[in-house]
Amino acid sequence: MKQAASPPGVLVAFEGIDGSGKTTQLRLALQWLRGQQCRAVPSEWSSSELVMGATVRGKNRRLLTPTTFSLVHATDFADRYERQILPMLKGGCIVLADRYIFTSFARDGVRGCNPDWLRKLYSFARLPDLTFFFDLPLHTAIGRTLDSRMELEYFDAGMDLELSMDIVESYRLYQGRILEFYRQMALPHRFVAIDGSASIHAQQMEIRRHIEQTLQLSRFRRRAAS
Amino acid sequence: MSTKRCYGHPGPGVDLARLEGWLIVIEGRDSTGRSTHIRRLAEWLEQRGHAVVEVGLHRSPLVGPELEQAKQGNLLSARTMSLFYATDFYDQMENGIIPAMRSGAVVLADRYIFTLMARDLVRGADPDSVESLYAMAIVPDVVFYLSVSMPVLVERTLQAHPRLDYWESGMDLGFSRDWFDSFLIYQRRMEQQFQQLAKKYGFETINANRSLAAIQRDLRDRIASLLERAPE
Repeated sequence: MKQAASPPGVLVAFEGIDGSGKTTQLRLALQWLRGQQCRAVPSEWSSSELVMGATVRGKNRRLLTPTTFSLVHATDFADRYERQILPMLKGGCIVLADRYIFTSFARDGVRGCNPDWLRKLYSFARLPDLTFFFDLPLHTAIGRTLDSRMELEYFDAGMDLELSMDIVESYRLYQGRILEFYRQMALPHRFVAIDGSASIHAQQMEIRRHIEQTLQLSRFRRRAAS
Repeated sequence: MSTKRCYGHPGPGVDLARLEGWLIVIEGRDSTGRSTHIRRLAEWLEQRGHAVVEVGLHRSPLVGPELEQAKQGNLLSARTMSLFYATDFYDQMENGIIPAMRSGAVVLADRYIFTLMARDLVRGADPDSVESLYAMAIVPDVVFYLSVSMPVLVERTLQAHPRLDYWESGMDLGFSRDWFDSFLIYQRRMEQQFQQLAKKYGFETINANRSLAAIQRDLRDRIASLLERAPE
């Protein structure tokens, strides 16, 4: 379980609250990198089926406390990291991660988990080479989320924090706290802030500029013809 | 006034001031007679008028079924298993141990964080990370470590089970393809880790090479004097 020497790949994280546009931007960046003949792969915030079983039961039956909420997600992340992210980094890929450890720092942080404990919990995970943080006014993000979709779930709306009995109001307050947490992490973790309220195209151009400046793309060109 | 504390910082929403009761932990490898002793201690304590709550590892309603599945199929990496076990532990601590202590019960724990720590450490985990992971665990009133010699452990293990257990033989570590050889290597390493943890966390080591009755008498004497001490 020890940390090995840094693998040859690079990691680019896309972070931000729900409705900040990070998934859209990740997909566009991925298409661009692939068009450039680069070895680029996405990593979604998906779960291993096994760990997911526990997470879903915990959420449905509302069994989770801040500590177990944090740990069940850390378990899930460890599985995803070791099966998916680390092998791709070792294989020399540009890994584009839709949410990364900062999502947990923020979500668990607003639930009162000790920041130093969280940092150690995730110390096995490599820090990103580049982290985009999609910052935007809270109401813009909330509007997008509420317009678009689905019913809010208990934990996703932060109902366990008992901020409000009204689920939409709870969601708004919860997302606001998470956004605040992200903003506080921006400087110490050297986030590249992207204005999530700008046009999709303008955001993407800025992202591509940052990727070109930070990563040496020629290192990631595919060797095999496709 | 309660004197209960955590090894590090308490978890969010955990109020140590309201914890009464006792937390008594019995650690020791499989086939050292732990569960038999716990059952007898529970009967004895109830006869003396104490409410008893028994807890163990891997029993949480939160992750228990998936943990069992993962063990059967060897599906998860050492780190993922470690975090899964930690989730299981805290679920039981927050939903089992803490409510029981709040109501003044004697909690008998069939293993605690130390088994989990030893397993992680044998698998090469960083000691600092392991310590941090369990920083929010409540410090037990006493930890009894049932210590047995290797020959006794081998004899009891083979008597208790017709075949060796994959995990208790450390087969995931690849020491040897021979189950018996792997079992010996793994158990020796676990013993080394337990001895270091015993020093660091102040276990009371019980010589478990003796008869069940002798060990049980020893445990009862020690527990009786613990319970007689007036709660501070």
